[in-house]
Amino acid sequence: MVELLSGNHAIAEAVRLCKVDFIAAYPITPQTPIYEKIAEMVSDGRIKGQMMRAESEHSAMAACISASLTGVRVFTASSSQGIAFMHEMLHFASGNRVSIVMACVNRVVSAPWAFGSDQTDTLSQRDTGWIQLYCEDGQEALDTVIMAYRVAETVFLPVMVTIDGFYTSHFIEPVDIPDEKAVDKYLPPKSLPNRFDLKNPAFIQNVVDSHYYSEFKKRQFDDTMKAKETIIEADKEFGKLFGRSYGVVEADDLEDADVGIVTSGALVSCARIAKKNLREKGIKVGLLKIKLFRPFPYDEVIKHLANLKKVLVIDRNVSCGKGGIFCDELKGAMYNLEKRPKIYGFIGGLCGEDLPPETIEKIALYVINEDKAPEKPIWIHGMTF
Amino acid sequence: MDTRDDLLRQGHYACPGCGLAIAMKLVLSALGERTIVVIIPSCEAVISATYPFSALKVPAFHSAFVIAAPTAAGISRALKVRGEDDITVLAFAGDGGTYDIGLQSLSGAAERNEDFIYVCLDNEAYMNTGIQASSSTPFCSWTVTTPKGKKERKKRLMDIIVAHSIPYCATATIGYPEDLIEKVKRAKKKKGTRFIHILTPCPTGWRMREDLTGIVSMLAFETKIFPLYEVYDGEIYRITKMPKGLPVKEYLSLQGRFSHLKEEEIEEIQKNVDKEWARLLYLAKRNAENCA
Repeated sequence: MVELLSGNHAIAEAVRLCKVDFIAAYPITPQTPIYEKIAEMVSDGRIKGQMMRAESEHSAMAACISASLTGVRVFTASSSQGIAFMHEMLHFASGNRVSIVMACVNRVVSAPWAFGSDQTDTLSQRDTGWIQLYCEDGQEALDTVIMAYRVAETVFLPVMVTIDGFYTSHFIEPVDIPDEKAVDKYLPPKSLPNRFDLKNPAFIQNVVDSHYYSEFKKRQFDDTMKAKETIIEADKEFGKLFGRSYGVVEADDLEDADVGIVTSGALVSCARIAKKNLREKGIKVGLLKIKLFRPFPYDEVIKHLANLKKVLVIDRNVSCGKGGIFCDELKGAMYNLEKRPKIYGFIGGLCGEDLPPETIEKIALYVINEDKAPEKPIWIHGMTF
Repeated sequence: MDTRDDLLRQGHYACPGCGLAIAMKLVLSALGERTIVVIIPSCEAVISATYPFSALKVPAFHSAFVIAAPTAAGISRALKVRGEDDITVLAFAGDGGTYDIGLQSLSGAAERNEDFIYVCLDNEAYMNTGIQASSSTPFCSWTVTTPKGKKERKKRLMDIIVAHSIPYCATATIGYPEDLIEKVKRAKKKKGTRFIHILTPCPTGWRMREDLTGIVSMLAFETKIFPLYEVYDGEIYRITKMPKGLPVKEYLSLQGRFSHLKEEEIEEIQKNVDKEWARLLYLAKRNAENCA
């Protein structure tokens, strides 16, 4: 059934379809409509689970972790400062191997205080051990939340599903809401282990020595790397049942391209138009959308980009003192290859600053004509590019 | 007591004479086996043993410092989803984790009346990290971060908790185990947020002999420094045991952390204690029939 929904409300619909048992959340712009819609659905019985009004994001995540250890399906959502505030608990969630799904609505992290879209809030959580999936629009967000539960409950790792604040979160688009029975088939209510077994009492996460610490971390690392296969499988199965699939990356027109544009989230839509316009002018441009950020999709990135001469990355995020985070990761992924493209890093669209297809076209033309790839990122600011 | 049935096993990691371990043992024995325990970084975490061992005979989860209360709330709500209503969720936290860093999250859970028992094991400083002052450290007490004695008074935590109008709050000390056990059992019978504040002397941090834990616990009560009472629904006060009202000096003089005290400081402590006691008596007398 197709309805007009904001990205935030599309995520709330996914939570309903997934029959989530426990939700704990704290309001923050621009995530609030997810929280409000879920509260409404719990109050009118459309969601049967427990909803806990938390007094902070830190507490919300704490409650999600312990509820998940008790074996129920858990959801939370946050943004920006809220994600930063729960940073400690994000490590706890992945280290305790819980199957939490969290929707993250990307928003700048202050200071300066601001509200627009920027992925630094979630990307700066890249080392917390969470699987991270970046979505382009509301439909993808809804579908990805459903897939995320299947993944989280298979590999026992928490999953972040991110959308761009205000763009995807508030923009109203036609969204196909899958049939509840079909979702039940894809994601049956699961009997997850209750790790508080009264008959065989265990002490979860007591203090470990250095040997055990490394052992636990190594296992978590290996399982996170292996999770990619589960994510690919979940996406394929979703495609079979619902007719939509996304891959861990999406490659478009890269085979013969002179330059490949790499980006993520809502910026992908602008890059699609830029690519199309340039192709119509006979300029060979391709596009790689990165959906999966952790575990990093090394194989897919190498497969689609290694043979190109030039790649440009547009990051709506910044790691001060270094550069755009996707660009940096991409360079790292390809460094040891004998043949690799020159990589041009651009930072733009911070705090939701407009970054229209025309600007992306200009960037692509600049890269085609400029043979020296920059060591440092190039800023696209105020559309002066 | 038959220690074979203890839910805190022998061979735990507590220091000799640890009041906290005694309190844990008493609380767990009062609650029984159908209990899930939340522990946060504290002496409790160390006492409960390091991986792969456990000194606890019930399921337990060691979570982060700030969040004993919401962690317990997550479990108790999940148990309701699972239809397992007869399990007690218990949070053990120290004074630092309760008075200081964990107060916000405890307040949030208490306001929502989340269904669990929260036990604050109060040894009046950050003992696990090496005797630093907390907001529970008493006036004039020595700690490594108050080397000349703490200038501020101990935070009146019970008043803050009572202000949430939760079904049950109580104070207890290991000096009176029967009183403590009764209170835990009373708390177990109720639903919603229940809070028990237990004074647990620490020979290491209090700079006293290891065999004085019990005596000092009793003296804290008999000098009215730590009165034993209950508060129902944030309103009805009930003093559960009447102290003799011994001079505070008898309590203070046994502990090295107060050895630097001057006469006028002892007098000031006595004055504060008398004032607090008068206040408690007033609150309890409003419900005269409940005053023992």
